[in-house]
Amino acid sequence: MTDSRDASTQGAKEKAPGEKAQGNDGDITKGATSYVIGLVLAMLMTAASFAVANGWAFVWQPGIGAALIALAVGQIGVHLVFFLHLTTGSDNTNNALALAFGTLVVILIVGGSLWIMHNLDQKMMPTMPTMP
Amino acid sequence: MSEADLFAGREDPYRVGRGGGNAKGATGHGEGGPSPKKTVASYGFWIFLLSDIIMFSAFFATYAVLVIRTAGGPTGAELFEQPRTAAETACLLFSSFTAGMAAVAAKREQVAASEIWLLATGVLGVGFLFLELGEFASLIAQGAGPQRSAFLSAFFALVGCHGLHVFGGLLWLGTMMAQILVKGFRPQIQRRLACFNLFWHALDIVWIAIFTLVYLMGIKH
Amino acid sequence: MLGKLSWSSLPLDQPIPLVAGSSILLLGLALVVWVVVKGYVPYIWREWITSVDHKRIGVMYCVLALLMLLRGFVDAIMMRSQQAIAYQSPGYLPPEHFNQIFSAHGTIMIFFGAMPFMIGLMNFVVPLQLGVRDIAFPRLNSIGFWLTASGALLVNASLLIGEFARTGWLPYPPLSELQYSQDVGVDYYLWAIQISGLGTLMTGVNLVTTILKTRAPGMSYLRMPMFCWTALATNLLIVAAFPILTATLAMLTLDRYLGFHFFTNSGGGNMMMFINLIWAWGHPEVYVLVLPAFGVFSEIISTFSSKPLFGYRSMVIATMFICIVSFTVWLHHFFTMGAGADVNGAFGIATSIIAVGTGVKIYNWMFTMYGGRIRYETPMLWSVGFLVTFTIGGMSGVLLAVPPADFALHNSLFLVAHFHNVIIGGVLFGAFAAMTFWFPKAFGFRLDERWGKWAFWLAFIGFYVTFVPLYITGLEGMTRRLQHIEVAAWYPWLLVSAAGIVIMMAGAAAQLIQLIVSIRNREALRDETGDPWNGRSLEWATPSPPPAFNFAVLPDVREQEPYWAIKQRAIEQQDLGPAPTYQPIGMPENSSVGFVTAAFTTVLGFALIWQIWWLVIVGLVAGFVLFVIFTWMDPQEREISAEDVAVADRRRRSAREAWLAQQGEAS
Repeated sequence: MTDSRDASTQGAKEKAPGEKAQGNDGDITKGATSYVIGLVLAMLMTAASFAVANGWAFVWQPGIGAALIALAVGQIGVHLVFFLHLTTGSDNTNNALALAFGTLVVILIVGGSLWIMHNLDQKMMPTMPTMP
Repeated sequence: MSEADLFAGREDPYRVGRGGGNAKGATGHGEGGPSPKKTVASYGFWIFLLSDIIMFSAFFATYAVLVIRTAGGPTGAELFEQPRTAAETACLLFSSFTAGMAAVAAKREQVAASEIWLLATGVLGVGFLFLELGEFASLIAQGAGPQRSAFLSAFFALVGCHGLHVFGGLLWLGTMMAQILVKGFRPQIQRRLACFNLFWHALDIVWIAIFTLVYLMGIKH
Repeated sequence: MLGKLSWSSLPLDQPIPLVAGSSILLLGLALVVWVVVKGYVPYIWREWITSVDHKRIGVMYCVLALLMLLRGFVDAIMMRSQQAIAYQSPGYLPPEHFNQIFSAHGTIMIFFGAMPFMIGLMNFVVPLQLGVRDIAFPRLNSIGFWLTASGALLVNASLLIGEFARTGWLPYPPLSELQYSQDVGVDYYLWAIQISGLGTLMTGVNLVTTILKTRAPGMSYLRMPMFCWTALATNLLIVAAFPILTATLAMLTLDRYLGFHFFTNSGGGNMMMFINLIWAWGHPEVYVLVLPAFGVFSEIISTFSSKPLFGYRSMVIATMFICIVSFTVWLHHFFTMGAGADVNGAFGIATSIIAVGTGVKIYNWMFTMYGGRIRYETPMLWSVGFLVTFTIGGMSGVLLAVPPADFALHNSLFLVAHFHNVIIGGVLFGAFAAMTFWFPKAFGFRLDERWGKWAFWLAFIGFYVTFVPLYITGLEGMTRRLQHIEVAAWYPWLLVSAAGIVIMMAGAAAQLIQLIVSIRNREALRDETGDPWNGRSLEWATPSPPPAFNFAVLPDVREQEPYWAIKQRAIEQQDLGPAPTYQPIGMPENSSVGFVTAAFTTVLGFALIWQIWWLVIVGLVAGFVLFVIFTWMDPQEREISAEDVAVADRRRRSAREAWLAQQGEAS
């Protein structure tokens, strides 16, 4: 009995997290390229973060927080793509899904906690001067 | 269809002398049978890393809630030193790069190159810890230790937890370097190296969140 | 030299812990002596302690869980009897004891009773149902089990050395801070939970990886048995929620040990953050407890109704829905803590919504039964008992989910009745159903049916007699955790409840007798074919008990319920089909890494609890040295020759052929 599944299993091979796509062997610079690009991008964004935080980057003051978060997300993205080789390819589905689940939980916990605790704070009586 | 079809025994990773799992390649839907050991090991470690990141997020949430509770003591703006933070960031970022280079060398099974890049990673990691311990010592000397206020407790716990992970990573790194020297690049070592890389990059990702949300946000105003 | 440890740490002046602790110690020692004298040590060491076989580890988890269930049950008996006596009287348990007992009861039941049992079940069953030879990381599995055992040992040590926490099973600050709990009780709790929590996390990683990355060829996600889906959701929850527990308990530990100010009264601490975080873990935790039970019931109800599970896809969706939404409801555990109506309302609505997922499942189970040929053997009795009991408990939960109602019922016995309703009706009934269902697979013989039925009816009736009165006293305003009662109106109900616990004790006795009788009659109850219940999933394709390698050749899965399809065709054709070609199989060798690690964590935990600092440092250094040694060793594998595999499989095939012949004669 022939197995039609044979054809499909020869399709996209699933990647381990952190594993680079095949076909990158050969010249060492090819393998190293993604790390170099990642390093440069990350350095740029880090420098930008410092600049923004110190007010050197002409960002509207109330927007500094959002800008910092955006830059942080960007840097994390650079790490995920260039250092951890996490892409949205079909061979990466499980890895990306796991990350998405983790991210969702982080957002729910941090966001939920902030909302709840802020709400509680607002409803508390003003605190007495505390003892050191 | 007979029982023989049910038990066709294809792609058995436990078959002696096979090298581990489904070499033909399983699709992401996992229909091709159990995945190769390298994939399984890395995926398991990836899941562990996600759990670790969630643990850090609990410390982050606590920091965010307690950051204003300074009990009359010093605030972040008064305490954090930007040059030190920048140096720490540079150390970790470059160590992520060198770890990646080590992974490239390891894939080509080049012992000398891997060891050198791993050593560089270790040195940068030690540099990071040195700077961080220096910061902690300086804070404590100023009377801004973790017992001073809830804000400082949260700060020391969050940053300290990350530092402990870096320390653990360095112990792991040292052990790996020794194993590569003695045993070379057999599959088990490669699997562990892959996991180490995941770990080290994840630590840098957490640091990005720390230096942005703790240090840089702290000087925002 | 010995930290805070001293002679006064022994309960020489407190009869109850002295007697209880000494009895457990003596019994344990007697058992060890018996094992040594009879010469069983090599067998126990080789076949169980150093085993990395998921089946062995699963059984050990369940044995640990049942023992701890018994200990937790004794705590419950003490609480019920105290409340039955202590009306206008001090009772026999002074408050400082009573407080330790209710704290230990909850801690032990949840962390060392329910969780290990469910984890043991998943460990045993999931690889078999997925058609693979073992879990993804066998040695990690062993470490995880032994860490759990280490935590259990530490908690039980508090009976004889020192005391346990008096804070309830979740140590709320500021009561749990050093200022108000100076003794080691809370520290026992903290370190035992952290150590076993590490083990649980390892299991989570292990099972997620197993289910997502190692399945038999052809087993796509939608061909997995329902138990594997619920196991996946459970372990995703473990991986995502337990880190929060680790972090929060670590913060409390830092407060107690190093004078941090996370949750203290002074220094700007915010004790409500503890409650917020601990329940952000705590709510997913209860789904970790109950989701495996849901999976068990899916398997049992479809098997004993002789029908495929109704609405498989909607079950999958409902399960993953529960998994994700369980992270959005946690505030319902502290509606009364002072959040505004908007926050309370949002979480209240989310809580009502999550009930929909379970509702879908209940309907699907009922529709599975409808039109089926139902056999009311013991596992099915537990399942029907669950359907009724859990629904009632769920309804009381939805009532509590309404914030204004919760303001009257929070921390009353109504709450206590609710969560016992769902935990006993769901988790405990599920555990016993699973035990009866999979016992033959694990040990090769069934459990005695008569005593099984007695155990069920006594537990079922006992549960209602114990807890319905508590619903009533809760509505009448009785608070939980009361050491003595002043209100006359509550007292008759508490007496009824005490009678109920006597019935439950009889049920527990019936379980024990069931075990003893079954072992005595095991030849008569022998499971010859490996498929005693006419099962539908792949674990029933193996002999009972399965060989170390599970399957002689990995199954090739073509549809949902692959084993059922094959079985029907074999019956039709009166033929098993040709024997497969056998290959040698390499299985992981035993390893002592788990046991040794746990020995270290036990000593380290004890040293941290009693603040014996030199021992802590020695332990940490030695731990690192051991880590290097263990990781230096090459992974051992032992080869099972093709001939051995063939011999085992031919035995299986001849048993099946005999059964087939019987079927042929019958039809």
